[in-house]
Amino acid sequence: MTTRQFGQPVLRREDPRLVTGNGRYLDDLGHTAYEAAFVRSPHAHARITDIDVEGALDVEGVVAIFTHEDLEGPAADRLPLLIPHPSIEAGRTGHALAKDDVNHVGEAIAMVVATNRYVAEDAAQRIVVSYEFLPPVVGIENARDGANLVHDDAPGNVAAHLLQEVGDVESALAAAPHTLTLDLDIERSACTPMEGRGVLAQWDSDEQRLRLHSSTQTSTGVRAAVAAKLQLPLSQVECIAPDVGGGFGVKIMHPWPEEVLVPWAARRLDHDVKWTEDRREHFTASAHERGQVQQVTVGFDDDGRLLGLDVRFWHDNGAYLPYGVIVPIITATQLLGPYKPQNYRVEFWSLYTNTAIVTPYRGAGRPQGCFAMERTMDAIAAELGLDRAEVRSRNFIQPEEMPFDQGLMFQDGRPLKYDSGDFPASLAKLKALVGWDDFAAYREEAESQGRKVGLGIGCYVEGTGVGPYEGGHVHVETSGRVNVATGLTTQGQGHQTILAQIVADELGVSIDDVHVTTGDTRRMPYAVGTFASRGAVMSGNAVALAARAVRAKALRIAADALEVAEEDLQIEDGTISVKGAPHASIALSTVAVMSNPLRYAFDESAKAATQFAGTFDPDKPPVADDEEPGLEGKDFYSPTQATFANGMHAAIVETDPVTAEIKILRYCVIHDCGTVVNPMIVEGQVHGGVAQGVGGALYERMAYDETGQLLNASFMDFLMPYASEIPHIETDHLETPSPLNPLGIKGAGEAGTIPVTAVIASAIEDAEGFPIRSMPISPHELWDLRRAHAHALETVSPTPTEESA
Amino acid sequence: MTDIDQGTTVDVTVTVNGIAHTRTVEPRRLLSDFIRHDLRLTGTHVGCEHGVCGACTVLVDGKPMRSCLMFAVSAEDMEITTVEGLGTQDAMGPVQQAFVECHGLQCGFCTPGFVTTITAFIEENPDPTSEEAREAISGNLCRCTGYQNICKAVLRAAEINRERATPTEGGDPA
Ligand code: FES
Ligand code: FES
Repeated sequence: MTTRQFGQPVLRREDPRLVTGNGRYLDDLGHTAYEAAFVRSPHAHARITDIDVEGALDVEGVVAIFTHEDLEGPAADRLPLLIPHPSIEAGRTGHALAKDDVNHVGEAIAMVVATNRYVAEDAAQRIVVSYEFLPPVVGIENARDGANLVHDDAPGNVAAHLLQEVGDVESALAAAPHTLTLDLDIERSACTPMEGRGVLAQWDSDEQRLRLHSSTQTSTGVRAAVAAKLQLPLSQVECIAPDVGGGFGVKIMHPWPEEVLVPWAARRLDHDVKWTEDRREHFTASAHERGQVQQVTVGFDDDGRLLGLDVRFWHDNGAYLPYGVIVPIITATQLLGPYKPQNYRVEFWSLYTNTAIVTPYRGAGRPQGCFAMERTMDAIAAELGLDRAEVRSRNFIQPEEMPFDQGLMFQDGRPLKYDSGDFPASLAKLKALVGWDDFAAYREEAESQGRKVGLGIGCYVEGTGVGPYEGGHVHVETSGRVNVATGLTTQGQGHQTILAQIVADELGVSIDDVHVTTGDTRRMPYAVGTFASRGAVMSGNAVALAARAVRAKALRIAADALEVAEEDLQIEDGTISVKGAPHASIALSTVAVMSNPLRYAFDESAKAATQFAGTFDPDKPPVADDEEPGLEGKDFYSPTQATFANGMHAAIVETDPVTAEIKILRYCVIHDCGTVVNPMIVEGQVHGGVAQGVGGALYERMAYDETGQLLNASFMDFLMPYASEIPHIETDHLETPSPLNPLGIKGAGEAGTIPVTAVIASAIEDAEGFPIRSMPISPHELWDLRRAHAHALETVSPTPTEESA
Repeated sequence: MTDIDQGTTVDVTVTVNGIAHTRTVEPRRLLSDFIRHDLRLTGTHVGCEHGVCGACTVLVDGKPMRSCLMFAVSAEDMEITTVEGLGTQDAMGPVQQAFVECHGLQCGFCTPGFVTTITAFIEENPDPTSEEAREAISGNLCRCTGYQNICKAVLRAAEINRERATPTEGGDPA
């Protein structure tokens, strides 16, 4: 009997290829292509007065040099604003190549195409661009004061402004027995996948067709955008995401300027063209996230129950707004986590600065929201002298209140309505895992040894698996091979394995026979992309539905052949048999042959389907009116709303009393992503997510100076954690299946990252005894904080806590 | 790059995975580009081009080296082993096998650099502790896995190595 694959820690089917060097990432392709390099702005804000390419033209091996003047039609227009939203007051996007002005360091100005990258870079160095400098706007403070403008026609540097309110916050705060106000700050970080972006374009002038490979999280999105920019019929453009070396959000943004320019140049030059991003380009010319300044005012009763929550925040969106306001909307809505605020008002301003653009990075605005909410919970506990877990638990939405409508509009334009979750159970598991109740004793013991330790906690809810849809296509070949295609792309999440697990179960075949293709518009032209932890939810359900359609068809054909009722049939290990009479059987591969009536016998198995083979009913057409030839099926999964995964993390940190070095001693995760297709893969997603969270909490930041120069644009200076910085992660799971989809799945991809900054801040605060309001935090900053608080203690009493009313 | 470099070429012979390859290259050509684009052994990856991430690590005369920090010409007459030389899909090397068993990779981009690094490490230290395992991989960046399963894979690789060395005793893998 076929063993059920769903829920098993099945080893990944993609791995043998990848561990032996047989992966095919973008730069592994197109070895005969011309290569492109870009002249990028070294200035954050300037008008371009001249571009002199003379000296570059005679570099041997240079094929062409392009500036904005060379672009024509829509390719010369501004790039699209991908996600329009009514809150956008001044939506500005850039050009593929800068026209007239540049708004951040790294903005592309000229494109050099040459026989190889070395030559292209030689030539790029000889291009002289003249500038007239404009005052750069860097940092939220400068953006907010609006004295200098990034875009002349965006007053106050405001790109978007949104206010949402549920209940009556004004009155709730006025009536609350306690209120607190917290000023909070989170700095910029970035996805920095190990493989940067990259594009390969192959133009077939005979067929007038474009084949595009991009290291992207959305091949259908890139295809449509490039077709529009190049004025090509969609049918003449195909886009494939090859193996992709990590994404984490930055590759959902599209079309990148290079995704327009490389195919544009390939068509113009009638030659394959490739561009592979280098690390410095990735730092300055792709996207960042996280930077926000927040102000939270909270009203609560004597038990620590929320009465009203008033949040205002300022979001740094960088030089342009191509991805709209998805990130701040998510912050505004997901901030609430597992809690009931009673009355909630949130207002944000999304601001332009002369820095790299801001688009979603794993967690996508949630880490900031979680930070705001969880800092608030800790502040309430501190104010009332209550246990921090207890305050949280008093504010939880209870399982019996599910589905729970928060009354807000979510990032997909649909209600923020939690479908499932058992927060008290999650908290109980977390407390057990980390030893919450024993921590006081542990701390005492540590203190007796002169050590400083702290325990931190953070809870979150994550809307995952947002629509609009994904599709699945399942095709059984006459060999018994099962081809599965879905349109969303893969950057390491193991889709080839989990989707094969699902189809193997649904269809009753061996997983070894199932072959999954993702992100190839030739195989599945309708798709959205991989973001918002939606892969397993959306494509998992889509391929399950498609497999069910194929199964039904196979049973119809087999029932006919075996002259039994469909209900009496089962499929196991690729064989359809009569229940209780295993000898009456037919192989799925044979059914595949029979499903496609043939005239020609191209191989041995095909003979059985030719017109003189076997008997048939002469009154019926070979393909019934409501059937199609072939054993294949397609279906789409389109949910009415997102599913809501959740989790709770706790950490124990130790801070060095002298050097202020911060060490994570333990890191514990409770995670509920609904039913789990492959626990090994989910665990891996959690590990990776936590590691990125730790980077964001303790090490990573984008160090822009006041002129808009990114001072740490290399892996030498941007401190991405090595194994030596990442703690061992302890996990436990809770499965509350989503009632919203056939498989009960909720997403898992981003979960690990979301609460880490909040948790580490909470733990450091607990160790140090003063509030942590700004993250990330370095030993140096902690040391400064210690001094400031010691000084404050000496000069004023009592302790400097929040202003309270 | 200066003009002097351009146009000047030299012949270089490098032995990669046991096969001697001769190519005419510019002296400035990086060993990583030589391996990837001239020999088309694209398993060796480039994640930073400045010697920090370790994705481009190959074994040079058995020692792990960052191929983005070497010129092809300086590898003249040296024996290079890339990830392709450490096993095939049907006959994976111990480290490769361990990565599969331990879910030591997600996107796989960093993996070749870890596989080469760890291969050299367990050669030197056939029975490492978990602390030594973590230490051994602390010069390579991975953005996907959080390293926990890579640490596990180091220990498992050492174990597979030992099992393969004494096939009679080799029991069921843990
Ligand atoms: S590419 Fe060589 S160390 Fe990063
Ligand atoms: S597996 Fe993706 S970078 Fe390591």
